[in-house]
Amino acid sequence: MTIEIEGIEIEGIEIARAAEATAAEAESILRLEDVRIAHRHTGEELVRGVSFDLRPGRVVGIVGESGSGKTLTCRAILGILPRLFHISGGRVELFGRDIAGLSARDWEQLRGVSITAVFQDPGSYLNPSLRVGPQIAEALRVRGGLRRREAKRRTIELLDDVRLRDPELIYRSYPHELSGGMLQRVLIASAISLEPRILIADEVTTALDVTVQAEILDLLTDLTQQHDLALIVVSHDLAVIAQTCDDVLVLRQGEVVEQGEAKSILFAPQHEYTRLLIDEHNTYGLDRFREPAGVHHG
Amino acid sequence: MAESSTAIRINGLQVSYGTGRHRTRIIHEASFDVGVGESVGIIGETGSGKSTIARAVVGLVPAQAGTVRIGDEEVSAFGARQWRDFRRRGAVQYVFQDPLRALDADLTIGDSLAEPLRLQRRLSKEQIRDRIDFRLEQVRLPQDLLVRFPGELSGGQRQRVLLARALATEPRVLILDEPVSALDAANRVSVLEILNDLRAAGTSLVFISHDLGSVAGVTDRIVVLYRGEVVEVGRTADIVNDPQHPYTRLLVGSAPSLHTGAIDREERARLRRVLDAG
Repeated sequence: MTIEIEGIEIEGIEIARAAEATAAEAESILRLEDVRIAHRHTGEELVRGVSFDLRPGRVVGIVGESGSGKTLTCRAILGILPRLFHISGGRVELFGRDIAGLSARDWEQLRGVSITAVFQDPGSYLNPSLRVGPQIAEALRVRGGLRRREAKRRTIELLDDVRLRDPELIYRSYPHELSGGMLQRVLIASAISLEPRILIADEVTTALDVTVQAEILDLLTDLTQQHDLALIVVSHDLAVIAQTCDDVLVLRQGEVVEQGEAKSILFAPQHEYTRLLIDEHNTYGLDRFREPAGVHHG
Repeated sequence: MAESSTAIRINGLQVSYGTGRHRTRIIHEASFDVGVGESVGIIGETGSGKSTIARAVVGLVPAQAGTVRIGDEEVSAFGARQWRDFRRRGAVQYVFQDPLRALDADLTIGDSLAEPLRLQRRLSKEQIRDRIDFRLEQVRLPQDLLVRFPGELSGGQRQRVLLARALATEPRVLILDEPVSALDAANRVSVLEILNDLRAAGTSLVFISHDLGSVAGVTDRIVVLYRGEVVEVGRTADIVNDPQHPYTRLLVGSAPSLHTGAIDREERARLRRVLDAG
């Protein structure tokens, strides 16, 4: 930067510094610090101390079985915990703001726009009596401010982006006319329609065939790489997490038993539960036929 | 009569559902064997017809063409009465997907386990009890479960009860349809270990699943079904390491693995196009 005028010089540097500071902070768009979630009446803590940072273009994986608290954690991040549960400790910082201080109106502007989610059962999130295309277009009109025709054009583009063949036909289809894999792609199209910065994918491929699962996971990976989307992938399958995530949390009965970079967890698991998950693949999965990378047999 | 060396022999099997104009062919062509003491996996996606093959083997759906032989008997030619006698002998047992609905909620676990043996009227009370105790131990369940009801058991325990019940009649062939899909990791491993014990003990297994991973862990050979057709049959290690058919290659390349997959995203996309075109 060449600076010629004194006044602007100082201002320029200050702006640069401020931008740098924001960049450093903006590095993390979601931060969980020792988050605890408890039942309001019994006080029982179902999630006990989850912490992680999520940055643009990065993928955090949460692996755990039903009852491990992974879905509760996601719902806490989205501000949609079931009525009987509340965040009983720690804090969630979303785009630099503590969510405890967010009003209903703030949430309305964030949820579905800057942070969105896709869950396991795609059928239940679409209105069965409406064609799928207009359901996405509606959101683009109401929340994205697009005109009717633009909204339709953009929706077809999105359906194409999620690799649905013949997007115009899909636009006109009813939910029951589509397979589970197609519906899941429709929901992902809907979830990314307003260009969110964070997408939570909670067991999105669990009900799908492996070939379709791989296609959806490939698609999510593309989105993080091409659009700098930050992604949270939740799965009971460690291999799904291993293939998509940079960082991994292993959750068991509400506790993080292991956390770190995906590579280090896979090759040097510390907790016996993580070792069980890995052993299963190595003993009974495809991995028993494959040479474990990074491990050398003498 | 000399014992046949094949447990199941399926030849040119075709199966359709519906009649007339509404007839839909589910299995176009399936031919493969399961050797005595062999463990064979059937894999394929939803709607590929893998459960239909199993149902045809045990006579729950009729074969439209082709033959199914179990041991020395051509079961595809059986009438209703022959099927009833055949089933009562319990030489072939079929464990379904849903472990909650497959057990009678009003019967104790002990009664559920004894039922198939009581129907046979061959064994005394004591013999039945001994047999059940042995099978319970084999599936690693405690004795005190016998007086409990299905609703009091976890999914993993129920699945093991179903295995014990299927084993009670000492079947030569055990057909399992998605036996571990609904279980958590610890129970999955435990059931797979039990299946490996059974293999070692000489029971012929047919393991049906969409999950190549768990099938690969407990089978000698794998039959790959795609859109109602057997597209590949091979030794498990060969299917995993050197798949031939584009669908098998896509399947192997899509199966989640802790290590880098066998193929990359571009190759998967290419295989999908090949399959769509075909």
